[in-house]
Amino acid sequence: MAYFTQQLINGLTLGSIYGLIAIGYTLVYGIIGMINFAHGEIYMLGAFIAIITFLLLGLAGVTFVPLVLLLVLILSMLFTAVYGWTLERMAYRPLRGAPRLAPLISAIGMSIFLQNYVQILQGARVKPIQPVLTGGMVLAETDGFAVTLSYLQLIIIVLTVVLMVAFSLLIGKTKLGRAQRACEQDRAMAALVGVNVDKTIALTFVMGAALAAVAGVMVTLYWGVIDFFIGFLAGLKAFTAAVLGGIGSLPGAMLGGILIGLIEAFWSSYFSVEYKDVASFSILVLVLIFMPYGLLGRPEIEKV
Amino acid sequence: MAEHPLPGGTTAAKPSGAPAPDGGRRSSLADMGKEAGLAAFVALMLALPMGGFKTTEAVTGLSLTFRPLFVLAAVAFVFVGRIVLIVVRERRGVPRGDGGPGLMDRIARGASQGSTTIGIVILAIAIVMPFMPFSSRYLIDTATTVLIYVMLGWGLNIVVGLAGLLDLGYVAFYAVGAYSYALLSTEFGFSFWICLPLAGMFAALAGVLLGFPVLRLRGDYLAIVTLGFGEIIRLILLNWYEVTNGPDGISRIPRPTFLGLEFTRRPVEGIPAFHQYFDIPYSGQHRVIFLYFLILGLALLTNLFTQRIRKLPVGRGWEALREDEIACRSLGINPTNTKLTAFGLGALFGGFAGAFFATRQGFISPESFTFIESAIILAIVVLGGMGSQLGVVLAATLLIVLPELGRELAQYRMLVFGAAMVGIMVWRPRGLLAHREPTVLLHGRGRGAT
Repeated sequence: MAYFTQQLINGLTLGSIYGLIAIGYTLVYGIIGMINFAHGEIYMLGAFIAIITFLLLGLAGVTFVPLVLLLVLILSMLFTAVYGWTLERMAYRPLRGAPRLAPLISAIGMSIFLQNYVQILQGARVKPIQPVLTGGMVLAETDGFAVTLSYLQLIIIVLTVVLMVAFSLLIGKTKLGRAQRACEQDRAMAALVGVNVDKTIALTFVMGAALAAVAGVMVTLYWGVIDFFIGFLAGLKAFTAAVLGGIGSLPGAMLGGILIGLIEAFWSSYFSVEYKDVASFSILVLVLIFMPYGLLGRPEIEKV
Repeated sequence: MAEHPLPGGTTAAKPSGAPAPDGGRRSSLADMGKEAGLAAFVALMLALPMGGFKTTEAVTGLSLTFRPLFVLAAVAFVFVGRIVLIVVRERRGVPRGDGGPGLMDRIARGASQGSTTIGIVILAIAIVMPFMPFSSRYLIDTATTVLIYVMLGWGLNIVVGLAGLLDLGYVAFYAVGAYSYALLSTEFGFSFWICLPLAGMFAALAGVLLGFPVLRLRGDYLAIVTLGFGEIIRLILLNWYEVTNGPDGISRIPRPTFLGLEFTRRPVEGIPAFHQYFDIPYSGQHRVIFLYFLILGLALLTNLFTQRIRKLPVGRGWEALREDEIACRSLGINPTNTKLTAFGLGALFGGFAGAFFATRQGFISPESFTFIESAIILAIVVLGGMGSQLGVVLAATLLIVLPELGRELAQYRMLVFGAAMVGIMVWRPRGLLAHREPTVLLHGRGRGAT
């Protein structure tokens, strides 16, 4: 039981990270109906910017941990958001109205570009970082096995919940959110009633990138090592999570992320580590076969 | 909203793919400065963290080095570049996309109308190429690689271009073909010519098995599921040690023979080698040229097959299905079966190409079958212009030869590769040689070929 609880905690932490990335996919897919393949790279950029700001703050002599975390979070979100905005501006906006495959290819190209961009600028080697936040609390102890919830895991889970609530409110209650939902339903009509479609789409990318940056910061802290290639697999799994939860749905993305995290944690602890990715992809395939629109997705009705 | 110029607004001031403001408007110097300043500011934000600071690994952990010059250069470049772009656009006056078909459009139309002639010319060049005085082993090797991708592109074209099914895991079938050949030939000692059809059949079987449950899914869902399958197959190859030898791969895969004649200097007793049989001096070049013609033949087979099947009911069904699934269903076409044939046939050719790849390399490992391969093959199909057979040749040549030429650029070549993919798509969203004419016309106007 203790082992199970521990895996549950680990899975939830991992799932929160996937969920945050998945929201970026889901938002973009919802609004312009394309798979933003380069989103994983945005998350990777977020992790790199996080590690650089950590080092900078260290040089500047800021050592108070909560302040460091807050500053890193804000700076990473800011700078990564600019990358998200530029990505949309350079690779997707010119392709609005192009055949459906064109933005996908351009996204794959952007993904290759960004990976190599980071590799050239920062080097191909793995970047380790000193643990910033250590310690945790022992929740239970049975037969010499202690269930621990580290402070970091706690922060990750709490922060994810807070961000989830904030973004749900943003989309549900604010003018921007209304504009986004309007664009999602009918872009031309939204433009006719005075919604600035280009700006709304750009802001959606900015939001997605900011959330991916949070995931990047968390991963940097949680694993302590990053490299230029982490975006690919994380992006793939986050997209899986978004589809699993029902793409276009915000709670769905979070649910999907957590499910993928749990599946991974439990599969690697009870079965085999090697096949953990196979497990998540197989679940995806199974869900899509039996529930083609994901767990919380709305079925699309094709009109003739 | 964005399509109307707002005076001084950021949306209108930026030249973009959206229709540009009408010719009469001229932005003032202040506008220009403001816009270029904005672009430079974005460049500053992009370059400051990633370029301005370099993380270096030291014994004590990571340390930072500051590179102010890099940031300055990037900002200055973007500022000047933006101004130049605005000026060029103002001079031209005509917004992009207007003013009749561009040069590339005319080329595309010409290529599609004269596709037979161009095809024959390219084929003739391809046939005589190895015997030209300038040809070298390196050249033939590169051409062989290009042809593998041409074949894969043509195979995937059946799935993506004709049937309109987005397959992001095509490399899985390539891998199945390669591993089938490698295992059958190393474990059972079958020759290449027996293994080739078997490898294709295994791949087609995999295609049908994978396709069966998922082909009911719509566009992008299908894409992600195929991507998932591609990854699953790669992970299985990587982890199933007993059969696939895991990350170490399979080595010493037998080479193909020419009607039973081997390409070795010292053949096994009793069976003459290629050079002995034809009584010519031994040369390592023979095998290279043989492999080149082998893949040329396989690729042509794929092309011929595709051209013919397009005119059969099933081929017509694919194209109809791509255009409108509901209409097809109401006309009595079974969408699942039709899609499944496209998926299976695409996989078949992927499997053939995989078998060829295995015999050419002599060594395969899961590393050759990563997602990036799928992406490159898909890029070849889409960049060339979906459904265009010549476009595939052009795109494959471009995507394989460009990185080869850029070997001196070493680390920058993949950077350029990615940027080129984005650039080509932005420039020609329908693909380089995209020009679609109806396949069937009433009263036999037009020849019905693309």
